[in-house]
Amino acid sequence: MEIHTLPVHRLAELMERKEVSGEEVTRVFLERIDRQEKEIKAFITVTPEEALICARAFDEKRARGDKLSPLAGVPMAVKDNICTQGVKTTCASQILSNYIPPCDATVVEKLKAAGAVLVGKCNMDEFAMGVSTENSAFFATKNPFDYEAAPGGSSGGSAAAVAAGEAAFALGSDTGGGVRQPAAFCGVIGCKPTYGSVSRSGLISYASSLDHIGPLARDMTDLALILNVIYGYDAKDSTSVLQEAPDFQKSLRNDVKGVKIGLPGEYFGAGLEPQVAAKLREAVRKLEELGAVCEEVEMPHTEYAVAAYYLIAAAEASSNLARYDGVRHGLRVEADDVTNMFNKTRGAGFGNEVKRRILLGTYALSTGHYEECYLKALEVRTLVRQDFDRAFAKFDCLLTPANPATAFKAGAKTDDFPAVCLSDVCTIPVNMAGLPALSLPFGMAEGLPVGLQLIGRHFSEGTLLQVGYTLEQNTGQTRLSPGLFANNSFGGSR
Amino acid sequence: MSRYEAVIGLEVHVELKTKSKLFCGCSTEFGQEPNSIVCPVCLGLPGSTGVLNKKAVELAVKAGLALNCEIGTYTWFDRKNYFYPDLPKGFQISQVFRPIAYKGYLDIDVNGQNKRVRITRAHLEEDPGKLIHSGGSITNSRSTNVDYNRSGMPLIEIVSEPELHSGEEAKAYLEKLKAILEYTGVSDVKMEQGSLRCDANVSVRPAGTAGLGTKTEIKNMNSFRAVQRAIEYEAKRQIGVLEDGGRVIQETRGWDENKGETLSQRNKENPDYRCFIEHDLAPIGLTQQWIEEVKATIPELPDARRKRLIHEHGLPDYDAGVIISSFGLAEFFDATLKKYSDAKTISNWITGELLRLLNARNVELNETKITPGRLAALLQLIEKGTISNKMGKEVFEEVFETGKEPEQIVKEKSMLQISDEGQLTGIITEVIAGNPKSVADFKSGKEQAIGFLVGQVMKATKGQANPGIVNTMIRERLG
Ligand SMILES: [Zn+2]
Repeated sequence: MEIHTLPVHRLAELMERKEVSGEEVTRVFLERIDRQEKEIKAFITVTPEEALICARAFDEKRARGDKLSPLAGVPMAVKDNICTQGVKTTCASQILSNYIPPCDATVVEKLKAAGAVLVGKCNMDEFAMGVSTENSAFFATKNPFDYEAAPGGSSGGSAAAVAAGEAAFALGSDTGGGVRQPAAFCGVIGCKPTYGSVSRSGLISYASSLDHIGPLARDMTDLALILNVIYGYDAKDSTSVLQEAPDFQKSLRNDVKGVKIGLPGEYFGAGLEPQVAAKLREAVRKLEELGAVCEEVEMPHTEYAVAAYYLIAAAEASSNLARYDGVRHGLRVEADDVTNMFNKTRGAGFGNEVKRRILLGTYALSTGHYEECYLKALEVRTLVRQDFDRAFAKFDCLLTPANPATAFKAGAKTDDFPAVCLSDVCTIPVNMAGLPALSLPFGMAEGLPVGLQLIGRHFSEGTLLQVGYTLEQNTGQTRLSPGLFANNSFGGSR
Repeated sequence: MSRYEAVIGLEVHVELKTKSKLFCGCSTEFGQEPNSIVCPVCLGLPGSTGVLNKKAVELAVKAGLALNCEIGTYTWFDRKNYFYPDLPKGFQISQVFRPIAYKGYLDIDVNGQNKRVRITRAHLEEDPGKLIHSGGSITNSRSTNVDYNRSGMPLIEIVSEPELHSGEEAKAYLEKLKAILEYTGVSDVKMEQGSLRCDANVSVRPAGTAGLGTKTEIKNMNSFRAVQRAIEYEAKRQIGVLEDGGRVIQETRGWDENKGETLSQRNKENPDYRCFIEHDLAPIGLTQQWIEEVKATIPELPDARRKRLIHEHGLPDYDAGVIISSFGLAEFFDATLKKYSDAKTISNWITGELLRLLNARNVELNETKITPGRLAALLQLIEKGTISNKMGKEVFEEVFETGKEPEQIVKEKSMLQISDEGQLTGIITEVIAGNPKSVADFKSGKEQAIGFLVGQVMKATKGQANPGIVNTMIRERLG
């Protein structure tokens, strides 16, 4: 039995039957972190002592006979832009390299209350700006499937941790694909719930109108369990939607009969790798066999989404990152007067990609450029939303590639801005519209995972779970294991 | 008559009277230990998210309605981006594109003439923190401390159209504005505590023309009187510049109260705030019904009250003006009038004794022990002749200080007025016997001599004798 490869719901069963304790499970994951981290580097901070204390506390509750959540005693990893009380939260930036938040993000608070055990904070692109986790101010993370490949980003640490068996599940953030693209690259499930359905309180902002927190998990049942905990209204987040949280386990139905699935041609266009295209066609055929109705749909404004996205995200970032001025927290570089202190602190504290986006955003909002840049981008955003509205008048969900290609080589895109942007072409429009989406592994191409994406109407995560679960139950292609799982010391198989 | 006229627009920041700050639960209490009322939200810590204080919206809408504004049923917050150490997030949350209230007006009295001043907008925003320099300013002091207690305090900024033309008009506008905000309970409007702050945009133009000259923004004025003086000074300065063939520079100028002049602070040619929507806060949607409910809580405002005091209660213009100048006095008057029907007598006591004591002791009405019920009771004692008017003043002062009931004070001090002729006869006999010269004077027609005799009786009774009765009795004896 390979504890570290098991999904959350299997771990929960074992703990429920007292075959293994939360502490033992936690130790397995901590040992894997110990052994693998010098290569993979998924974590910025590991919290072994706190993790064991927490696991033991829930073991005691279990021993007392308390009714526990399936997440109790399950090791989780959290992206380092989500606040954790008393544990460094750096955004992978020098400017916050010593920042310790005074409170937990709402999602962390909810998961901790359910008994999830925080094992550490995950590497990422600095302030979530990037697609490779190579823009971290500290180090790059490797893809567990291929150490020469990038894990994707910006939640590359979270995806790698789950893929490498260093955490049973993880939280990431998705501003333009930051959960879904690394999930696809690392062969795990990544979900971006509807905007407003999961509290952003405690998520360190990059672009407030596009930022989402989302889980990375091993199978659809786990995704449902995690969503059950983190989904729903939060009085602390003004943009949180007053909406009753459904029981997503009820959506785990092996049935897609009559489900109408749209295939937007624009997402299958030039740039789509043939092998990725082949795997997607296979998935579509399978869904049709199972009774789904798949048809092409036009989304004509997709091609403008990326440019508009980068202006909007950069504009909001230029404002959200203004608070890092050396006055109250984080890095301060002393200087002879306050303006020089601001300038030197920000000059030393931010990496190049962050500076590039702050400059772009400042330009886009400046008098004289505001109309042609920022307002134009907002108009495009409206058009992109309308594309989705039209599509969802006819379809229950859309199926697209999660990325036009499998994981690119490490170092390939660190300084190639246009390429970096285009890599997010399949995921960005979804954030512009605030829709729920998930990326699901579907087989491999040349040794690397392929990811498909399901996009739904607002608050229709249930439909996405249903379609994903059906694919999971009827194909052997959604649970992928990296090679490093083969030669671990826990042996055995199931 | 000058060849130029001044054109003045006022920007007034008013702190709303809420218990907690605009986007967090921190208290709004004034005068606390620096940085003792702060939290992740008002410190702008990474990841913190604020939630709008509903009471602040209610007060802003109330102010807007009282200023005859239209109320936006769908508005939102925007960010004004700039760097300054007192600004914890690097932007101020304000309403740039859609103010919650707009297109209002305020009527002021200038030399007996009514003048309507249009209000452009009144919008919600958060206050930044406060800088305390060890030297003169942020650039030349050795160190600067920041106090974030004020950070996130709820404000409305009320912007007038540039339609005021003198320091006097500006002062009248501010006084009226202050009264309305006080009446509606929107703010404490205490300039000395910073709950009302005023900046003035001043320009001059050739008299009778319609265009606008280059304006300067005047800051640092700590009283209405200072606003008036600063505007007068600045208009004169600008006229001087133009008459010397110069050009007014658009800039921010600070008022120096001691020197009595405005001084250039920094050149400020339209700073680029790069404003855009604040996406971390949901938009504000208001229903017409809720707005009506807020409207129903607005009390009778100063202008309407003044008219009522004059026309329904027959008060002289002056009395009405004094009473309505403060919401506290106006409410005190109305409440007393419910228990005692003579409006003019009440007014005399309010504008006389009450104001005299408030000024002498330098206290606010609500810090004293006088209540409408106690004043009414006192006035009834005087009306019934139980005590004299003069005794009444003594009793009033004691009520003011101690809060005792007037009747109790009268009893305790044996102040009851002696109106019983039997009790007075003996004393009157003694006084007549002891003052033959005055008696002779009176009998020979010197009317004023009786005043002396009454005074002697009063003296003998320690002021307790009813002077009217004493007067009548002496006349009967000598008649
Ligand atoms: Zn606060």
